[in-house]
Amino acid sequence: MTARTGTRRVSQRLFLGASAAVMGAYAALLLAMLAAMILYTSPAALVQTFQSREIRHAAALSLVTSTIAAIVSLWVAVPTGYLLARFRFPGKRLLDLLFDIPILLPPLVVGIALLIMFRTIPGRWFEGSVFLVTYETPAIILAQFTVACAFAVRTMRVTFEGIDPRMEDVARTLGCSRGSAFFHVTLREARPGVIAAGTLAWARALGEFGPVLVFAGTTRMKTEVLPTSVFLEWNLGEIEGALAVSILLVLIAVVVLGATRLLGLPRGGL
Amino acid sequence: MIRVDQLSLRVGSFALSGVTFEVPDGGYAVLMGATGSGKTCLVEAICGLRPILDGRIEVGNRRVERLDPADRGIGYVPQDGALFPAMTVREQVELPLRVRKVQRAEVRARAGQVAEMLGIEAIMSRTPRGLSGGERQRVALARAMVFQPGVICLDEPFSALDEPTRLGMYDMIESLRRRTGLTALHVTHSSDEAQRLGDIVLRLEHGHVNSRPKISPNDTSLT
Repeated sequence: MTARTGTRRVSQRLFLGASAAVMGAYAALLLAMLAAMILYTSPAALVQTFQSREIRHAAALSLVTSTIAAIVSLWVAVPTGYLLARFRFPGKRLLDLLFDIPILLPPLVVGIALLIMFRTIPGRWFEGSVFLVTYETPAIILAQFTVACAFAVRTMRVTFEGIDPRMEDVARTLGCSRGSAFFHVTLREARPGVIAAGTLAWARALGEFGPVLVFAGTTRMKTEVLPTSVFLEWNLGEIEGALAVSILLVLIAVVVLGATRLLGLPRGGL
Repeated sequence: MIRVDQLSLRVGSFALSGVTFEVPDGGYAVLMGATGSGKTCLVEAICGLRPILDGRIEVGNRRVERLDPADRGIGYVPQDGALFPAMTVREQVELPLRVRKVQRAEVRARAGQVAEMLGIEAIMSRTPRGLSGGERQRVALARAMVFQPGVICLDEPFSALDEPTRLGMYDMIESLRRRTGLTALHVTHSSDEAQRLGDIVLRLEHGHVNSRPKISPNDTSLT
């Protein structure tokens, strides 16, 4: 073994060791947080929380609203991401920046903006003539969707940018229209990205707190979702209750994301 | 038959103008030219993947220059095959028939026939991942032929293959020509390939196409 080869091996080990240390430190931080939450909560508080009618309602509402928000986000993110990835058009950069606003804005501001939007003349007309939104279940979904969709759009854009457009060209010579080339070939190639965007949007919607609090309120058995339950419990000084709800939130997220990965992705994906 | 008449196109600062040639039914034309001479642009324009400025393209006495790629009746085999990674070989070969709403039994039968001709029956349930270069090109050719197009355009299909595989592909093309009366426009850099496969040699130079007799085996001017 020459001295140069030896130096290279040492530097390779240093590089891998440093990378592993950084990864390990972050994993340790997250594990320490989870452990602290679990250790601070008594089993009795957990059981009491899970048996609470209000918390069960909040959990069910969280699941339903975040799932709807994630599905609608995908419906919007797939065509939007495709157009942004494939075409040049006037105002594209501006639109790109616009889609980043829900990511950049503090979540509370998103909620305030939505609330004010429904105080304008078109907003009032909508609530008077179509259906009520503010402080109702649709407000939860809209607040979750507004933020979650921005993440889904970004994920889908990157996904479509990674798919060779020649695939669609070839599909078109084989007899596909532009639309059928997209559905038969591109969307199929994009499947891991669609699943990633869906799970990201769902997880983001499930944990959304600021805009939901401002735009939908926290009425028990009506617009209370799990993140706002944590806030309510915390405000009442029920730290154990707040932690128990947080653990429930983590459990739901782990089960749903774990199942999605098992069902939908190739090994090593997402 | 494919007839291209006074075709002009522009891609950035690059332009082709007055491109005119004809490949009769059952003819096998090889299109040669230096790197950057516009061979791929020309083939893509014929297939409908690039807009043209002017001129006519006829496939089997039908003008196609204003039609969508899907309606031109041209099978296209790009350089690397451009197989769809998420589809099995069977799905790729059946796709052109499925989008044409051909009945399921006929889809199976026709895909089976083409697979047999190209020797890919054994890999029909595999995805492109792990297929050899030769297998990939056979699949791309099967996919382009299964809907029985009037013409097949092949863009340097064998350039990335090793010598024995390439020779095997030449045999296969010759066999296909005997069995199907294939009409083809085949882009290549290789004089050997042109010599072996083509009965018409088209040479793309300075934005124009010149037709000339089959080149001699010793001609290396275009390699």
